[in-house]
Amino acid sequence: MISFTELTVRYGDTLALDGVSGAVADGEWLGVIGPNGAGKTTLLNALARLLAFQGAITICGKPAGRLSRRELARLIAYVPQRPVLPPDMTVSDYVLLGRTAHITYLGVESAADRKICADTIDRLDLSSMADRRLRAMSGGELQRLVLARALAQEAPVLLLDEPTSALDLGRRMEALELIDELRRERGLTVLSAIHDLTLAGQFADRLMLLTNGRIAASGPASTVLADSLLARHFGPGIQVLTTDAGDLAVISRRMPRG
Amino acid sequence: MTATRKLLGLGGKPTAAARPVHGLRQNGRREPAGRPDQRAPAESAKRVDSASSQGRVRLGRPTKPILVACLVLLVAIAVGVAVGPAGLSLQQVAAALVVRLPWHPHVFVTPLDNAIVWQIRLPRVVLGVLVGSMLAGGGAAYQGVFRNPLADPYLLGVAAGGGLGATIVVVSGASTALMPPAAFAGATGAVALTYLLGSGAGRSGESPAGGNGTGSILLAGIAVAALLTAFQTYLQQEHSQTLTTVYSWILGGLSAATWSQIWTVLPYVAVSAVALLVHRRLLDVLRVGETEAASLGVNVARVRLLVVIAATLGVSAAVAVSGLIGFVGIIVPHVVRLMAGPSYRIVLPVSMIGGAAFLVLADVAARTVQAPSEVPIGVITAVAGAPFFLFVLRSRRARQVLS
Repeated sequence: MISFTELTVRYGDTLALDGVSGAVADGEWLGVIGPNGAGKTTLLNALARLLAFQGAITICGKPAGRLSRRELARLIAYVPQRPVLPPDMTVSDYVLLGRTAHITYLGVESAADRKICADTIDRLDLSSMADRRLRAMSGGELQRLVLARALAQEAPVLLLDEPTSALDLGRRMEALELIDELRRERGLTVLSAIHDLTLAGQFADRLMLLTNGRIAASGPASTVLADSLLARHFGPGIQVLTTDAGDLAVISRRMPRG
Repeated sequence: MTATRKLLGLGGKPTAAARPVHGLRQNGRREPAGRPDQRAPAESAKRVDSASSQGRVRLGRPTKPILVACLVLLVAIAVGVAVGPAGLSLQQVAAALVVRLPWHPHVFVTPLDNAIVWQIRLPRVVLGVLVGSMLAGGGAAYQGVFRNPLADPYLLGVAAGGGLGATIVVVSGASTALMPPAAFAGATGAVALTYLLGSGAGRSGESPAGGNGTGSILLAGIAVAALLTAFQTYLQQEHSQTLTTVYSWILGGLSAATWSQIWTVLPYVAVSAVALLVHRRLLDVLRVGETEAASLGVNVARVRLLVVIAATLGVSAAVAVSGLIGFVGIIVPHVVRLMAGPSYRIVLPVSMIGGAAFLVLADVAARTVQAPSEVPIGVITAVAGAPFFLFVLRSRRARQVLS
C-alpha cells in the first residue's frame, strides 16, 4: 500500500508536479498515463525519493520521508526508464546489486542473498546466461534482467518507468504478462508509467491520467480510455475501439489535409 | 523438489551440463529429469551445506588476481632489497637479513652491508609499498566514487595543497623535518576546502539522491588546485634560490626513506586501506550511477564522503613523505581493470598490491639506471608505465573489455 498527498515538484521555475494525490492498494496495478512532459516520470522519481519534492508519501504505513535509503529500498524497487547497464558487468553481479539494501554497510552478501538472486535469475529464465556480460544481451533479455534486479530487492512496491518502451510488440506483451504474473505470485503493488494506452488498459487495474503535473482523470480503463478525454490531452485524432474480445484499443487517426 | 533443485542450483559438484558461474549455477529449472545429481533428500540437504560454502568462494570472486598480485609484490620486494648501486652480492644481502632472525645460522656481516640493507634498501622498499598502495588504491577509489576514468588521487587538490605546504616550509627556511607535516596539512586542507565548496554549491537544486554532487565537487577541485598552485608558483618565484629543493620535492621520490617516516605514515595508510577496502562492494553498486544506487538503498553522498576522506588521508600521508609521484594512481587501476575485470572487489585490492609492486620496481630502476645519481621516480613511472599501459590497452582482452 502506497499513498501520496499533495506531491509538488519544481524544476527551477517549472512546475513538474502540482499537488498530486493518490493511493495504490496492496496488489493493485496503477497505470500512470499522459502525454510527454505530463509528470509521469517525475511522479515515480518522487515516490522513490530520488528528487526533492513537497508533500507526503506513506508506504506500508510508514512515512517515506523518515526512512533511510536502505529502509526505503526494502519497500520500493524502482526500474528506471533508461537504466545504466555497465557493459562489462555479468548478469549475476547485476542482479546481486538488488540485494544492496539487505546487506550491511560493511558486509558482503550472504548465502541467502545469493540464493534469492539465483532463484530470481531462474524465475526470469536468465539462468542460461548468468555469467554473460551485459553487452552481449538483447533488449528483451536486458529488460528481464533489470526486472530481476528489482525483484531481488524483495520490496512490496514496484515502480516501473516505461518498462517496455524499448521492446517490440510481442516482447512488450511478454514482459507485461511476466510483470502481471509476478505481481500475483508475490502480491506486489505496481505503479507503472506507460505510454502505450492500449497496453495500459489491458494490464493496469486502474489508470491515472496526468497532464501538466495534475491528475486529469483516474479510474478503471473503461472510464479513462474515452475518446473525448484522450483527444483533449493527446490530440484530436485519438479514437478508442473495442475489439471482439472486449479489449480497448487506442489508435490515432490521421487528420484529413487542408 | 523444485526448491531442493534450486538450492542445488547454488553450486554443488559441477556436472557436465552445468558449468559453475560465480556461485550461481546455470539452469536449475529446465534440465531434463533424471540428471545424475538428483539424490535422496537427505543427501541433497547435506550437499547444500557444502554447496553454499563453495558458493562463497566463487562469489567472493576469483581470488586468483589477488594471489598473482601478491606474488608479483613478493618478487618486487625481493628485487628491491637485492638490487642497488652498492653492488652487494646476494649472499651478502641474505646474510644481512638472516642475521636478524632469532635462531640464525652463523654468518659474517659487515656493519656496512648491514646498514645498506637495513637502513637504506629496506626502508625504501617498505615506503614504496605503502606509497604505491595508497596512490593506486586512492586512484581506483576516486575513479569509482566519481565514476570518472580520468580521476587520479590528486584530483581534489592533494597535489596542489601538498606542494604549497612543502613550499611554504622551504621558503620560510624552517627545518626540512617540517615538510612532511606541512605537506600533509596542505593536502588534506585542500581536499576539505574542495569538498566544502563543491558540495555546498547548488545546494538548493541538489537532489536527495546526491545526484548532481560529483560534477560540482570535481569543478571545485580544479578551482582549488589552480588557486593553490598559483600561490605555490608565486612563493617559489619569490624565493628562486630554493627552487631546486622545491622542484625535487615536487618530482617526488623515496630516497629520503627512513624507518621513522614509515612508522609515522603507517597508521594513516592502514586506516585508509581498510576503509577503502570495506567500500569495494559499494563502489560496485555505484557503477550503475548515483540515482540507481540511491534507489537500491545506498546513501551516495555519505559513501562518497567516507571514500574521499579515506583516500585523502592515505594519499596525503604518502605525498607528505614521497612528494608528488605521478602516474601510479591512474595507470595501475586501469591496468588491473583491463587484466582482471572491472569489479571493484578485485580492482581495489589488486590495485593496492599492484601499485605497491610497481612503485618498488620503479624505485629500483630510479636508483640503478644512472647510479650513483638517481633518476626522479616520477620519470620512471611514466617512462615504464606508459608503454606498458599502451601494451595492455591494445591487447585482445582490452579490446573485449572496451568494445
